[in-house]
Amino acid sequence: MLKHSTKRPFFRGSPINVRLSLFAAACIALMYVDHRFAHLSTVRSTLATALYPIQYSVHLPIRTAAWARESFSSHSALLEQNRRLMEQLRLTEVRIEKMEILEAENTRLRELLDSSTKVADRVLIAELLSVDLEPFSRRIVLNKGANHGVTDGQSLIDAYGLIGQVIHTAPLTSTALLITDPNHALPVQINRTGLRGIAVGTGTANGLELRHIPNNEDVRVGDLVVTSGLGGRFPRGYPVGRVNSVGRDSARPFASVRVRPRAQLERNREVLLVWPGDKLQNPNIGDDGNSGYSTVFGSPSWNKHRSDKQKRTSKRL
Amino acid sequence: MHRGGWVIALTFVVALMLTVLPLPQWAALWRPPWVALVLIYWCMAVPQRVGIAVAFVMGLCLDVLSGSALMGQHGLALVIVAYITHRLHLRVRVFAPWQQGISIFVVILLYQAVVLWLHGMQGHAAPGSAVLTVALSAMVLWPWVFVMLRDLRRRYEVN
Repeated sequence: MLKHSTKRPFFRGSPINVRLSLFAAACIALMYVDHRFAHLSTVRSTLATALYPIQYSVHLPIRTAAWARESFSSHSALLEQNRRLMEQLRLTEVRIEKMEILEAENTRLRELLDSSTKVADRVLIAELLSVDLEPFSRRIVLNKGANHGVTDGQSLIDAYGLIGQVIHTAPLTSTALLITDPNHALPVQINRTGLRGIAVGTGTANGLELRHIPNNEDVRVGDLVVTSGLGGRFPRGYPVGRVNSVGRDSARPFASVRVRPRAQLERNREVLLVWPGDKLQNPNIGDDGNSGYSTVFGSPSWNKHRSDKQKRTSKRL
Repeated sequence: MHRGGWVIALTFVVALMLTVLPLPQWAALWRPPWVALVLIYWCMAVPQRVGIAVAFVMGLCLDVLSGSALMGQHGLALVIVAYITHRLHLRVRVFAPWQQGISIFVVILLYQAVVLWLHGMQGHAAPGSAVLTVALSAMVLWPWVFVMLRDLRRRYEVN
């Protein structure tokens, strides 16, 4: 028996060896195809739909616990929270009023200059599924997918700033890449000076790096960094973060500028999906008025395109 | 006639759920590779049913669930695990559970090295200790996983 097996030429192999090489080769081929082409996105989204019950059954008890905590919290705590929120709302309303005046003025001036006006961006609230992904990569799963009109490359914001962009969509869920992922680069500009740059993720929870900023450039700690809208992927003018540290070393060609994101990347439960203004005319997104879509920075030039019914349901942020 | 296929499927589903269960940051580094452990058990217990093909399919599921950038990343690591287990299952099967844990440690070390290596090729630097922590927790948990799955197998007469 032993003699027989040792005498067999090694290249013929037993079935298990053949299967190992077959499936290992299949895996490597899959990785190659996935890296080079986009053919696998349908396979991925089909599998993601099939596996959605698993994600949901992990998400549900955690969600229920949070809900129970909310509904059994005391009356006084709720009153206190309500009071605080009302206060916050009033402050925000005042700010928005001011903003609207400025925006109208901006539109008027731009019309005078005959340049294109900024159109409203539409947003949809999505919730994070409470599931963990691979450690060391910065990704999140959202509970809105292609069925809700989510597309690849869409940007994600929260109340404080930009979070990231959608990289895979399945019918019911989508995966997003955070701006702190080392594979993520983001065209930005410094609000104070208008200096443009690229913000690259560092892979740590709280860090972006502005690349290729010359040493003699005017960048200060505390400068607000906003999206520049170049490249066409992210809408213009969303806050990204503040400059955290500026290291100037004359031996190096560029300054090392670190940016701390303003969005609460690690703490959020809810995020906003943004459709940039120019995609608004797309008829197959959000035709029904009750879909929960809202607008931000709604400007008159856009609102007049919408029907009355939609006007009633669309909220201003 | 094969019996109890649903038990095998169910254990894999539970393993997938445990894999995506949210843990605090420090604990996530110690999360045992549940799918790999369940795969090793079934490869040892019923090698004629669970093998490299199952490993490949579970790898794809794991890729989608854990949001890997490339499909096939976990598949490759799991296929290697299934192969090694197939090769060693007759020897490892007779060990006591804690002794098996030591073999599991080595296999998971290899598994994690492959996963992190493929991860590192995409620019995600992982601390080197991540290989060790995962393998250690797998070794410590193996006796319990083993006893639990063995009881399940005997109860439902999976063969």
